Amino acid sequence: MKVAQKTVKFLTTVVIALFTTIGFALDSDTKYDSSNDGGRVNTKTEVEEYILHHLKDSHDFSLWSYTNDDGERKHVGFPLPVILWTSEGLVTFMSSEFHHNDDGHVIVEKKGLKFAKIHSKIYELDKDATVAVFDKEHHATNAQKTFDLSITKSVFGLLLIGVLMLLWFSKLARQYKTKKIPTGFGRVLEPLVLYVRDEIARPNIGEKHYRRFTGYLLTVFFFIWILNLAGLTPLGFNVTGQIAVTACLAAFTLVIYTFSGNKEYWMHMIWMPGVPVLFRPILAVIELIGALIIKPFSLLVRLFANISAGHIVIMSLIAIMFTLKESLGVVGATGLSLVLSFFILLIEILVAFLQAYIFTMLSALFIGMAVAEHSEAH
Amino acid sequence: METLLNDFSPGLFVVSTILLLALIALMVKFAWKPILNSLEERESGIKDALAAADNARKEMQNLQADNAKLVKEARAEREEMMKEAREIREKMIAEAKEDATEVTTKLIETAQASIKQEKQAALAEIKKSVADLSISIAESVIKRELSSKEDQLELVEGILKDITLN
Repeated sequence: MKVAQKTVKFLTTVVIALFTTIGFALDSDTKYDSSNDGGRVNTKTEVEEYILHHLKDSHDFSLWSYTNDDGERKHVGFPLPVILWTSEGLVTFMSSEFHHNDDGHVIVEKKGLKFAKIHSKIYELDKDATVAVFDKEHHATNAQKTFDLSITKSVFGLLLIGVLMLLWFSKLARQYKTKKIPTGFGRVLEPLVLYVRDEIARPNIGEKHYRRFTGYLLTVFFFIWILNLAGLTPLGFNVTGQIAVTACLAAFTLVIYTFSGNKEYWMHMIWMPGVPVLFRPILAVIELIGALIIKPFSLLVRLFANISAGHIVIMSLIAIMFTLKESLGVVGATGLSLVLSFFILLIEILVAFLQAYIFTMLSALFIGMAVAEHSEAH
Repeated sequence: METLLNDFSPGLFVVSTILLLALIALMVKFAWKPILNSLEERESGIKDALAAADNARKEMQNLQADNAKLVKEARAEREEMMKEAREIREKMIAEAKEDATEVTTKLIETAQASIKQEKQAALAEIKKSVADLSISIAESVIKRELSSKEDQLELVEGILKDITLN
Protein backbone atom coordinates (compact mmCIF):
# COMPACT_ATOMS: atom_id res chain seq x y z
CA MET A 1 0.00 0.00 0.00
CA LYS A 2 2.74 2.40 0.98
CA VAL A 3 4.57 1.86 -2.29
CA ALA A 4 1.41 2.46 -4.24
CA GLN A 5 0.78 5.64 -2.30
CA LYS A 6 4.27 6.83 -2.92
CA THR A 7 4.03 6.09 -6.63
CA VAL A 8 0.74 7.88 -6.86
CA LYS A 9 2.26 10.81 -5.03
CA PHE A 10 5.21 10.81 -7.37
CA LEU A 11 3.06 10.67 -10.49
CA THR A 12 0.87 13.46 -9.20
CA THR A 13 3.93 15.61 -8.66
CA VAL A 14 5.03 14.92 -12.19
CA VAL A 15 1.62 15.81 -13.57
CA ILE A 16 1.45 18.99 -11.50
CA ALA A 17 4.94 19.88 -12.63
CA LEU A 18 3.87 19.38 -16.24
CA PHE A 19 0.79 21.53 -15.95
CA THR A 20 2.45 24.38 -14.09
CA THR A 21 5.04 24.65 -16.83
CA ILE A 22 2.37 24.58 -19.51
CA GLY A 23 1.37 28.04 -18.36
CA PHE A 24 4.74 29.35 -19.49
CA ALA A 25 4.87 27.16 -22.50
CA LEU A 26 1.85 28.39 -24.39
CA ASP A 27 3.24 30.17 -27.36
CA SER A 28 2.48 30.49 -31.00
CA ASP A 29 4.41 30.47 -34.21
CA THR A 30 2.06 31.93 -36.79
CA LYS A 31 4.80 34.09 -38.19
CA TYR A 32 6.79 31.23 -39.58
CA ASP A 33 3.96 28.94 -40.44
CA SER A 34 4.08 28.23 -44.14
CA SER A 35 0.74 26.48 -44.47
CA ASN A 36 -2.39 28.57 -44.84
CA ASP A 37 -4.77 26.66 -42.56
CA GLY A 38 -3.04 27.62 -39.33
CA GLY A 39 -0.64 24.70 -39.22
CA ARG A 40 -3.30 22.01 -38.92
CA VAL A 41 -2.06 18.57 -39.84
CA ASN A 42 -4.60 17.54 -42.43
CA THR A 43 -3.13 16.39 -45.68
CA LYS A 44 -1.25 13.21 -46.39
CA THR A 45 2.14 14.90 -46.74
CA GLU A 46 1.59 16.86 -43.54
CA VAL A 47 0.72 13.62 -41.73
CA GLU A 48 3.85 11.97 -43.11
CA GLU A 49 5.98 14.90 -42.03
CA TYR A 50 4.36 14.93 -38.62
CA ILE A 51 5.05 11.22 -38.11
CA LEU A 52 8.67 11.53 -39.20
CA HIS A 53 9.05 14.54 -36.95
CA HIS A 54 7.63 12.58 -34.03
CA LEU A 55 10.05 9.71 -34.58
CA LYS A 56 12.95 12.09 -34.16
CA ASP A 57 14.18 13.36 -30.88
CA SER A 58 12.88 16.81 -30.03
CA HIS A 59 14.27 19.64 -27.98
CA ASP A 60 11.04 20.49 -26.25
CA PHE A 61 8.39 18.43 -24.58
CA SER A 62 5.20 19.15 -26.47
CA LEU A 63 2.05 17.46 -25.26
CA TRP A 64 -0.26 18.67 -27.97
CA SER A 65 -0.82 21.62 -30.27
CA TYR A 66 -3.91 23.22 -31.70
CA THR A 67 -4.95 26.09 -33.89
CA ASN A 68 -7.19 28.66 -32.25
CA ASP A 69 -9.92 30.71 -33.85
CA ASP A 70 -7.49 33.42 -34.90
CA GLY A 71 -5.57 30.91 -36.96
CA GLU A 72 -2.66 30.84 -34.51
CA ARG A 73 -0.90 27.56 -33.87
CA LYS A 74 -0.62 27.00 -30.10
CA HIS A 75 1.76 24.50 -28.59
CA VAL A 76 1.13 23.00 -25.16
CA GLY A 77 4.17 21.58 -23.45
CA PHE A 78 7.33 22.80 -21.84
CA PRO A 79 10.77 23.70 -23.11
CA LEU A 80 13.85 21.67 -22.28
CA PRO A 81 17.39 22.96 -21.84
CA VAL A 82 19.66 22.97 -24.88
CA ILE A 83 23.29 22.18 -24.14
CA LEU A 84 25.72 22.47 -27.05
CA TRP A 85 29.42 21.91 -27.42
CA THR A 86 30.41 24.43 -30.08
CA SER A 87 33.54 25.98 -31.53
CA GLU A 88 33.31 28.52 -28.67
CA GLY A 89 32.84 25.94 -25.95
CA LEU A 90 29.70 25.13 -24.00
CA VAL A 91 26.52 27.03 -24.89
CA THR A 92 23.23 26.59 -23.04
CA PHE A 93 19.78 28.09 -23.50
CA MET A 94 16.17 26.99 -23.33
CA SER A 95 14.62 25.37 -26.36
CA SER A 96 11.73 27.84 -26.19
CA GLU A 97 14.01 30.37 -27.91
CA PHE A 98 13.46 28.50 -31.16
CA HIS A 99 9.68 29.10 -30.86
CA HIS A 100 8.91 25.59 -32.07
CA ASN A 101 10.47 26.36 -35.40
CA ASP A 102 12.08 23.37 -37.01
CA ASP A 103 13.08 24.51 -40.48
CA GLY A 104 16.00 26.77 -39.63
CA HIS A 105 14.27 30.13 -39.91
CA VAL A 106 14.64 31.15 -36.30
CA ILE A 107 18.21 32.06 -35.48
CA VAL A 108 19.28 32.08 -31.85
CA GLU A 109 22.39 34.08 -31.03
CA LYS A 110 24.52 33.06 -28.06
CA LYS A 111 28.17 33.87 -27.34
CA GLY A 112 28.38 35.48 -30.75
CA LEU A 113 27.34 32.24 -32.44
CA LYS A 114 24.16 31.74 -34.43
CA PHE A 115 22.14 28.55 -34.10
CA ALA A 116 19.33 27.21 -36.20
CA LYS A 117 17.19 24.11 -35.62
CA ILE A 118 16.62 22.11 -38.78
CA HIS A 119 14.70 18.82 -38.60
CA SER A 120 15.27 18.41 -34.88
CA LYS A 121 18.99 19.00 -35.17
CA ILE A 122 20.74 22.16 -34.07
CA TYR A 123 23.21 23.67 -36.50
CA GLU A 124 25.84 26.28 -35.90
CA LEU A 125 25.84 28.85 -38.72
CA ASP A 126 29.09 29.95 -40.31
CA LYS A 127 30.55 33.16 -38.88
CA ASP A 128 29.48 35.50 -41.66
CA ALA A 129 26.06 33.96 -42.29
CA THR A 130 22.89 35.57 -41.00
CA VAL A 131 20.31 33.13 -42.35
CA ALA A 132 20.53 29.44 -43.09
CA VAL A 133 20.85 28.70 -46.79
CA PHE A 134 19.48 25.40 -48.03
CA ASP A 135 20.12 23.24 -51.03
CA LYS A 136 17.43 21.35 -52.91
CA GLU A 137 17.18 18.56 -50.34
CA HIS A 138 16.82 21.07 -47.52
CA HIS A 139 20.33 20.54 -46.22
CA ALA A 140 21.92 23.64 -44.82
CA THR A 141 24.96 24.61 -46.84
CA ASN A 142 26.40 27.25 -44.55
CA ALA A 143 26.12 25.49 -41.20
CA GLN A 144 27.61 22.51 -39.34
CA LYS A 145 26.06 20.17 -36.85
CA THR A 146 27.01 20.85 -33.25
CA PHE A 147 27.76 18.29 -30.61
CA ASP A 148 24.37 18.30 -28.98
CA LEU A 149 24.31 17.28 -25.31
CA SER A 150 20.87 18.77 -24.69
CA ILE A 151 18.32 17.39 -22.30
CA THR A 152 16.13 16.39 -25.21
CA LYS A 153 12.76 14.70 -24.90
CA SER A 154 14.49 11.31 -25.04
CA VAL A 155 16.98 12.27 -22.34
CA PHE A 156 14.11 13.59 -20.27
CA GLY A 157 12.24 10.32 -20.71
CA LEU A 158 15.36 8.37 -19.89
CA LEU A 159 15.84 10.37 -16.69
CA LEU A 160 12.19 10.06 -15.73
CA ILE A 161 12.10 6.30 -16.23
CA GLY A 162 15.48 5.92 -14.53
CA VAL A 163 14.21 7.76 -11.46
CA LEU A 164 11.00 5.71 -11.48
CA MET A 165 12.96 2.46 -11.72
CA LEU A 166 15.24 3.50 -8.89
CA LEU A 167 12.28 4.44 -6.72
CA TRP A 168 10.35 1.27 -7.41
CA PHE A 169 13.14 -1.23 -7.10
CA SER A 170 15.01 0.34 -4.21
CA LYS A 171 11.67 0.39 -2.39
CA LEU A 172 11.31 -3.30 -3.17
CA ALA A 173 14.86 -3.91 -1.94
CA ARG A 174 14.09 -2.11 1.31
CA GLN A 175 10.93 -4.18 1.80
CA TYR A 176 12.99 -7.35 2.12
CA LYS A 177 14.67 -5.98 5.22
CA THR A 178 11.47 -6.16 7.20
CA LYS A 179 9.48 -8.92 5.50
CA LYS A 180 10.06 -12.03 3.47
CA ILE A 181 7.29 -11.42 0.98
CA PRO A 182 6.87 -7.95 -0.49
CA THR A 183 3.51 -6.24 -0.40
CA GLY A 184 1.79 -3.74 -2.65
CA PHE A 185 3.52 -2.81 -5.88
CA GLY A 186 6.57 -4.81 -4.87
CA ARG A 187 4.50 -7.95 -5.23
CA VAL A 188 4.06 -7.08 -8.91
CA LEU A 189 7.74 -6.35 -9.44
CA GLU A 190 9.14 -9.40 -7.68
CA PRO A 191 7.90 -12.03 -10.16
CA LEU A 192 9.24 -9.90 -13.01
CA VAL A 193 12.66 -9.82 -11.39
CA LEU A 194 12.45 -13.57 -10.83
CA TYR A 195 11.36 -14.04 -14.44
CA VAL A 196 14.40 -12.21 -15.81
CA ARG A 197 16.71 -14.06 -13.46
CA ASP A 198 15.29 -17.54 -13.93
CA GLU A 199 14.10 -17.44 -17.53
CA ILE A 200 16.64 -15.15 -19.17
CA ALA A 201 19.86 -14.89 -17.19
CA ARG A 202 20.18 -18.33 -15.64
CA PRO A 203 19.44 -20.61 -18.65
CA ASN A 204 21.40 -18.53 -21.16
CA ILE A 205 24.50 -17.70 -19.16
CA GLY A 206 24.72 -20.76 -17.01
CA GLU A 207 24.52 -21.51 -13.32
CA LYS A 208 28.14 -20.61 -12.66
CA HIS A 209 28.37 -17.11 -14.10
CA TYR A 210 24.87 -15.69 -14.29
CA ARG A 211 25.10 -13.75 -11.01
CA ARG A 212 27.67 -11.30 -12.38
CA PHE A 213 25.48 -10.24 -15.30
CA THR A 214 21.98 -10.38 -13.82
CA GLY A 215 22.16 -6.76 -12.63
CA TYR A 216 22.91 -5.50 -16.12
CA LEU A 217 20.26 -7.70 -17.74
CA LEU A 218 17.60 -6.66 -15.22
CA THR A 219 18.37 -2.98 -15.74
CA VAL A 220 18.26 -3.31 -19.51
CA PHE A 221 15.09 -5.37 -19.48
CA PHE A 222 13.09 -3.01 -17.32
CA PHE A 223 14.59 0.05 -18.99
CA ILE A 224 13.56 -1.09 -22.47
CA TRP A 225 10.21 -2.43 -21.40
CA ILE A 226 9.10 0.62 -19.42
CA LEU A 227 10.33 3.00 -22.13
CA ASN A 228 8.59 0.96 -24.83
CA LEU A 229 5.37 1.22 -22.83
CA ALA A 230 5.95 4.92 -22.19
CA GLY A 231 6.24 5.32 -25.95
CA LEU A 232 2.68 4.02 -26.29
CA THR A 233 1.26 6.64 -23.95
CA PRO A 234 0.10 10.00 -25.32
CA LEU A 235 3.23 11.53 -23.80
CA GLY A 236 4.83 10.34 -27.02
CA PHE A 237 8.24 9.27 -25.85
CA ASN A 238 10.25 7.57 -28.55
CA VAL A 239 13.37 6.75 -26.58
CA THR A 240 13.83 3.14 -27.61
CA GLY A 241 13.13 4.24 -31.18
CA GLN A 242 16.20 6.49 -31.06
CA ILE A 243 19.04 4.74 -32.81
CA ALA A 244 21.55 6.46 -30.50
CA VAL A 245 19.91 4.93 -27.43
CA THR A 246 19.63 1.44 -28.89
CA ALA A 247 23.22 1.73 -30.14
CA CYS A 248 24.28 2.65 -26.63
CA LEU A 249 22.52 -0.41 -25.21
CA ALA A 250 23.99 -2.69 -27.87
CA ALA A 251 27.44 -1.21 -27.20
CA PHE A 252 27.09 -2.11 -23.52
CA THR A 253 26.29 -5.70 -24.39
CA LEU A 254 29.20 -5.75 -26.85
CA VAL A 255 31.61 -4.41 -24.23
CA ILE A 256 30.38 -6.88 -21.63
CA TYR A 257 30.69 -10.01 -23.72
CA THR A 258 33.94 -8.89 -25.31
CA PHE A 259 35.63 -8.28 -22.01
CA SER A 260 34.21 -11.23 -20.13
CA GLY A 261 34.98 -13.71 -22.91
CA ASN A 262 37.19 -16.55 -21.70
CA LYS A 263 40.18 -18.10 -23.40
CA GLU A 264 38.17 -20.72 -25.21
CA TYR A 265 35.81 -18.09 -26.61
CA TRP A 266 38.71 -16.16 -28.10
CA MET A 267 40.42 -19.36 -29.28
CA HIS A 268 37.30 -20.38 -31.14
CA MET A 269 37.01 -16.93 -32.59
CA ILE A 270 40.59 -16.34 -33.71
CA TRP A 271 42.11 -19.76 -34.28
CA MET A 272 39.25 -22.23 -34.64
CA PRO A 273 40.40 -25.68 -33.57
CA GLY A 274 39.48 -28.72 -35.64
CA VAL A 275 39.50 -26.83 -38.93
CA PRO A 276 42.24 -27.00 -41.61
CA VAL A 277 44.86 -24.37 -40.83
CA LEU A 278 44.29 -22.72 -44.22
CA PHE A 279 40.70 -21.86 -43.35
CA ARG A 280 41.40 -20.59 -39.88
CA PRO A 281 42.23 -16.98 -40.82
CA ILE A 282 39.15 -16.77 -43.01
CA LEU A 283 37.00 -18.13 -40.22
CA ALA A 284 38.62 -15.70 -37.80
CA VAL A 285 37.64 -12.75 -39.99
CA ILE A 286 34.07 -14.02 -40.24
CA GLU A 287 33.85 -14.71 -36.51
CA LEU A 288 35.31 -11.33 -35.59
CA ILE A 289 32.92 -9.49 -37.89
CA GLY A 290 30.08 -11.54 -36.45
CA ALA A 291 30.96 -10.89 -32.84
CA LEU A 292 32.03 -7.28 -33.04
CA ILE A 293 29.73 -5.87 -35.72
CA ILE A 294 26.84 -8.12 -36.69
CA LYS A 295 25.71 -9.12 -33.20
CA PRO A 296 25.51 -5.58 -31.75
CA PHE A 297 24.16 -4.23 -35.03
CA SER A 298 21.36 -6.79 -35.06
CA LEU A 299 20.55 -5.87 -31.46
CA LEU A 300 20.40 -2.16 -32.07
CA VAL A 301 18.55 -2.29 -35.38
CA ARG A 302 15.97 -4.83 -34.19
CA LEU A 303 14.90 -2.73 -31.24
CA PHE A 304 15.06 0.55 -33.13
CA ALA A 305 13.17 -0.76 -36.16
CA ASN A 306 10.46 -2.53 -34.19
CA ILE A 307 9.68 0.44 -32.00
CA SER A 308 9.86 2.95 -34.86
CA ALA A 309 7.63 0.74 -36.99
CA GLY A 310 5.13 0.47 -34.15
CA HIS A 311 5.00 4.24 -33.77
CA ILE A 312 4.64 4.75 -37.51
CA VAL A 313 1.81 2.21 -37.77
CA ILE A 314 -0.12 3.57 -34.81
CA MET A 315 0.22 7.17 -35.95
CA SER A 316 -0.72 6.26 -39.52
CA LEU A 317 -3.81 4.44 -38.33
CA ILE A 318 -4.78 7.41 -36.18
CA ALA A 319 -4.24 9.60 -39.23
CA ILE A 320 -6.87 7.58 -41.14
CA MET A 321 -9.26 9.92 -39.35
CA PHE A 322 -8.07 12.77 -41.55
CA THR A 323 -6.84 11.07 -44.68
CA LEU A 324 -9.95 8.97 -45.33
CA LYS A 325 -12.42 11.60 -44.13
CA GLU A 326 -13.53 12.39 -47.65
CA SER A 327 -14.08 8.82 -48.84
CA LEU A 328 -15.57 7.34 -45.65
CA GLY A 329 -17.16 10.32 -43.99
CA VAL A 330 -16.29 11.67 -40.56
CA VAL A 331 -17.93 8.85 -38.58
CA GLY A 332 -16.64 6.05 -40.83
CA ALA A 333 -13.07 7.32 -40.89
CA THR A 334 -13.01 7.95 -37.13
CA GLY A 335 -14.54 4.56 -36.38
CA LEU A 336 -12.18 2.70 -38.67
CA SER A 337 -9.22 4.57 -37.24
CA LEU A 338 -10.29 3.87 -33.65
CA VAL A 339 -10.88 0.17 -34.23
CA LEU A 340 -7.64 -0.39 -36.14
CA SER A 341 -5.46 1.67 -33.82
CA PHE A 342 -6.98 -0.04 -30.79
CA PHE A 343 -5.98 -3.47 -32.03
CA ILE A 344 -2.57 -2.33 -33.18
CA LEU A 345 -2.06 -0.74 -29.78
CA LEU A 346 -2.78 -4.10 -28.15
CA ILE A 347 -0.21 -5.73 -30.41
CA GLU A 348 2.24 -2.94 -29.63
CA ILE A 349 1.84 -3.56 -25.91
CA LEU A 350 2.85 -7.14 -26.61
CA VAL A 351 5.71 -5.96 -28.83
CA ALA A 352 6.90 -3.63 -26.06
CA PHE A 353 7.43 -6.64 -23.82
CA LEU A 354 8.65 -8.88 -26.61
CA GLN A 355 11.38 -6.48 -27.73
CA ALA A 356 12.57 -5.97 -24.16
CA TYR A 357 12.61 -9.74 -23.76
CA ILE A 358 14.43 -10.36 -27.04
CA PHE A 359 17.06 -7.72 -26.39
CA THR A 360 17.73 -9.04 -22.90
CA MET A 361 17.58 -12.66 -24.01
CA LEU A 362 20.03 -12.13 -26.87
CA SER A 363 22.34 -10.13 -24.63
CA ALA A 364 22.27 -12.99 -22.15
CA LEU A 365 22.86 -15.48 -24.95
CA PHE A 366 25.88 -13.57 -26.30
CA ILE A 367 27.32 -13.22 -22.81
CA GLY A 368 26.62 -16.90 -22.20
CA MET A 369 28.50 -17.85 -25.37
CA ALA A 370 31.48 -15.79 -24.22
CA VAL A 371 31.71 -17.25 -20.72
CA ALA A 372 30.64 -20.82 -21.52
CA GLU A 373 33.05 -23.54 -20.58
CA HIS A 374 33.12 -25.98 -23.47
CA SER A 375 33.55 -29.46 -22.26
CA GLU A 376 32.03 -31.06 -25.32
CA ALA A 377 34.10 -31.47 -28.47
CA HIS A 378 33.16 -29.58 -31.59
CA MET B 1 21.35 3.69 -44.32
CA GLU B 2 22.17 7.33 -44.90
CA THR B 3 19.06 8.48 -43.08
CA LEU B 4 19.89 6.02 -40.30
CA LEU B 5 23.32 7.55 -39.90
CA ASN B 6 21.82 11.01 -40.20
CA ASP B 7 19.34 10.18 -37.46
CA PHE B 8 22.11 8.96 -35.22
CA SER B 9 22.86 11.72 -32.78
CA PRO B 10 26.32 11.40 -31.21
CA GLY B 11 25.31 13.80 -28.46
CA LEU B 12 22.34 11.65 -27.48
CA PHE B 13 24.61 8.61 -27.64
CA VAL B 14 27.05 10.17 -25.19
CA VAL B 15 24.35 11.47 -22.86
CA SER B 16 22.46 8.18 -22.82
CA THR B 17 25.69 6.24 -22.28
CA ILE B 18 26.50 8.35 -19.23
CA LEU B 19 22.97 8.18 -17.87
CA LEU B 20 22.64 4.46 -18.49
CA LEU B 21 25.97 3.71 -16.86
CA ALA B 22 24.86 5.70 -13.85
CA LEU B 23 21.48 3.97 -13.88
CA ILE B 24 23.04 0.51 -14.10
CA ALA B 25 25.47 1.30 -11.29
CA LEU B 26 22.76 2.76 -9.05
CA MET B 27 20.31 -0.02 -9.81
CA VAL B 28 22.92 -2.69 -9.10
CA LYS B 29 23.92 -1.05 -5.86
CA PHE B 30 20.55 0.00 -4.46
CA ALA B 31 18.16 -2.44 -6.05
CA TRP B 32 19.45 -5.59 -7.73
CA LYS B 33 22.10 -6.61 -5.22
CA PRO B 34 19.87 -6.39 -2.14
CA ILE B 35 16.87 -7.81 -4.03
CA LEU B 36 18.77 -10.77 -5.47
CA ASN B 37 20.52 -11.42 -2.17
CA SER B 38 17.27 -11.44 -0.25
CA LEU B 39 15.62 -13.60 -2.89
CA GLU B 40 18.44 -16.11 -2.69
CA GLU B 41 18.34 -15.99 1.08
CA ARG B 42 14.61 -16.63 0.99
CA GLU B 43 14.99 -19.45 -1.50
CA SER B 44 17.68 -21.16 0.54
CA GLY B 45 15.51 -20.61 3.61
CA ILE B 46 12.60 -22.30 1.88
CA LYS B 47 14.85 -25.13 0.74
CA ASP B 48 16.17 -25.61 4.28
CA ALA B 49 12.69 -25.51 5.72
CA LEU B 50 11.51 -28.11 3.23
CA ALA B 51 14.48 -30.34 4.01
CA ALA B 52 13.83 -29.92 7.73
CA ALA B 53 10.18 -30.82 7.27
CA ASP B 54 11.22 -33.86 5.27
CA ASN B 55 13.62 -34.93 8.01
CA ALA B 56 10.97 -34.39 10.64
CA ARG B 57 8.55 -36.53 8.67
CA LYS B 58 11.13 -39.27 8.35
CA GLU B 59 11.85 -39.09 12.04
CA MET B 60 8.16 -39.28 12.74
CA GLN B 61 7.92 -42.34 10.56
CA ASN B 62 10.86 -43.88 12.39
CA LEU B 63 9.27 -43.08 15.70
CA GLN B 64 6.01 -44.58 14.60
CA ALA B 65 7.79 -47.70 13.43
CA ASP B 66 9.58 -47.88 16.79
CA ASN B 67 6.31 -47.44 18.58
CA ALA B 68 4.71 -50.22 16.59
CA LYS B 69 7.65 -52.44 17.31
CA LEU B 70 7.43 -51.66 21.01
CA VAL B 71 3.73 -52.39 21.06
CA LYS B 72 4.32 -55.65 19.28
CA GLU B 73 7.05 -56.64 21.71
CA ALA B 74 4.90 -55.72 24.67
CA ARG B 75 2.06 -57.78 23.29
CA ALA B 76 4.33 -60.77 22.75
CA GLU B 77 5.68 -60.41 26.25
CA ARG B 78 2.20 -60.24 27.66
CA GLU B 79 1.21 -63.34 25.79
CA GLU B 80 4.28 -65.11 27.03
CA MET B 81 3.49 -64.13 30.58
CA MET B 82 -0.12 -65.26 30.22
CA LYS B 83 1.01 -68.54 28.81
CA GLU B 84 3.40 -69.05 31.67
CA ALA B 85 0.72 -68.17 34.18
CA ARG B 86 -1.67 -70.59 32.57
CA GLU B 87 0.94 -73.30 32.67
CA ILE B 88 1.71 -72.58 36.31
CA ARG B 89 -1.97 -72.68 37.15
CA GLU B 90 -2.46 -75.95 35.40
CA LYS B 91 0.55 -77.39 37.07
CA MET B 92 -0.63 -76.22 40.45
CA ILE B 93 -4.06 -77.67 39.89
CA ALA B 94 -2.57 -80.95 38.80
CA GLU B 95 -0.28 -81.03 41.80
CA ALA B 96 -3.14 -80.20 44.12
CA LYS B 97 -5.22 -82.94 42.62
CA GLU B 98 -2.40 -85.42 43.05
CA ASP B 99 -1.87 -84.38 46.64
CA ALA B 100 -5.57 -84.67 47.40
CA THR B 101 -5.85 -88.19 45.99
CA GLU B 102 -2.81 -89.19 47.93
CA VAL B 103 -4.25 -87.78 51.12
CA THR B 104 -7.65 -89.43 50.57
CA THR B 105 -6.18 -92.81 49.74
CA LYS B 106 -4.11 -92.56 52.88
CA LEU B 107 -7.17 -91.57 54.85
CA ILE B 108 -9.18 -94.40 53.35
CA GLU B 109 -6.37 -96.79 54.07
CA THR B 110 -6.11 -95.74 57.70
CA ALA B 111 -9.91 -95.82 58.01
CA GLN B 112 -10.00 -99.29 56.53
CA ALA B 113 -7.21 -100.39 58.85
CA SER B 114 -8.94 -99.02 61.94
CA ILE B 115 -12.25 -100.55 60.83
CA LYS B 116 -10.52 -103.89 60.44
CA GLN B 117 -8.96 -103.52 63.88
CA GLU B 118 -12.24 -102.54 65.48
CA LYS B 119 -13.97 -105.43 63.78
CA GLN B 120 -11.38 -107.87 65.05
CA ALA B 121 -11.62 -106.39 68.55
CA ALA B 122 -15.39 -106.68 68.45
CA LEU B 123 -15.21 -110.26 67.24
CA ALA B 124 -12.71 -111.09 69.92
CA GLU B 125 -15.02 -109.56 72.54
CA ILE B 126 -17.98 -111.49 71.17
CA LYS B 127 -15.95 -114.67 71.25
CA LYS B 128 -14.91 -113.94 74.80
CA SER B 129 -18.46 -113.17 76.00
CA VAL B 130 -19.77 -116.29 74.22
CA ALA B 131 -17.14 -118.37 75.93
CA ASP B 132 -17.89 -116.71 79.28
CA LEU B 133 -21.57 -117.30 78.75
CA SER B 134 -21.06 -120.93 77.86
CA ILE B 135 -18.82 -121.37 80.84
CA SER B 136 -21.35 -119.73 83.20
CA ILE B 137 -24.16 -121.84 81.71
CA ALA B 138 -22.09 -124.91 82.13
CA GLU B 139 -21.24 -123.84 85.70
CA SER B 140 -24.86 -123.29 86.73
CA VAL B 141 -25.83 -126.47 85.05
CA ILE B 142 -23.23 -128.31 86.89
CA LYS B 143 -24.08 -126.45 90.19
CA ARG B 144 -27.84 -127.31 90.19
CA GLU B 145 -27.42 -130.94 89.24
CA LEU B 146 -30.37 -131.00 87.36
CA SER B 147 -32.83 -133.89 87.81
CA SER B 148 -35.07 -133.67 84.97
CA LYS B 149 -34.71 -132.89 81.48
CA GLU B 150 -37.48 -130.44 81.72
CA ASP B 151 -35.87 -128.58 84.53
CA GLN B 152 -32.67 -128.52 82.57
CA LEU B 153 -34.32 -126.99 79.54
CA GLU B 154 -36.16 -124.56 81.79
CA LEU B 155 -33.00 -123.51 83.31
CA VAL B 156 -31.19 -123.09 80.06
CA GLU B 157 -34.08 -120.99 78.82
CA GLY B 158 -34.06 -118.91 82.00
CA ILE B 159 -30.37 -118.30 81.75
CA LEU B 160 -30.64 -117.43 78.11
CA LYS B 161 -33.36 -114.94 79.05
CA ASP B 162 -31.14 -113.36 81.65
CA ILE B 163 -28.30 -112.89 79.25
CA THR B 164 -28.82 -109.95 77.10
CA LEU B 165 -26.90 -110.42 74.03
CA ASN B 166 -25.33 -107.28 73.22
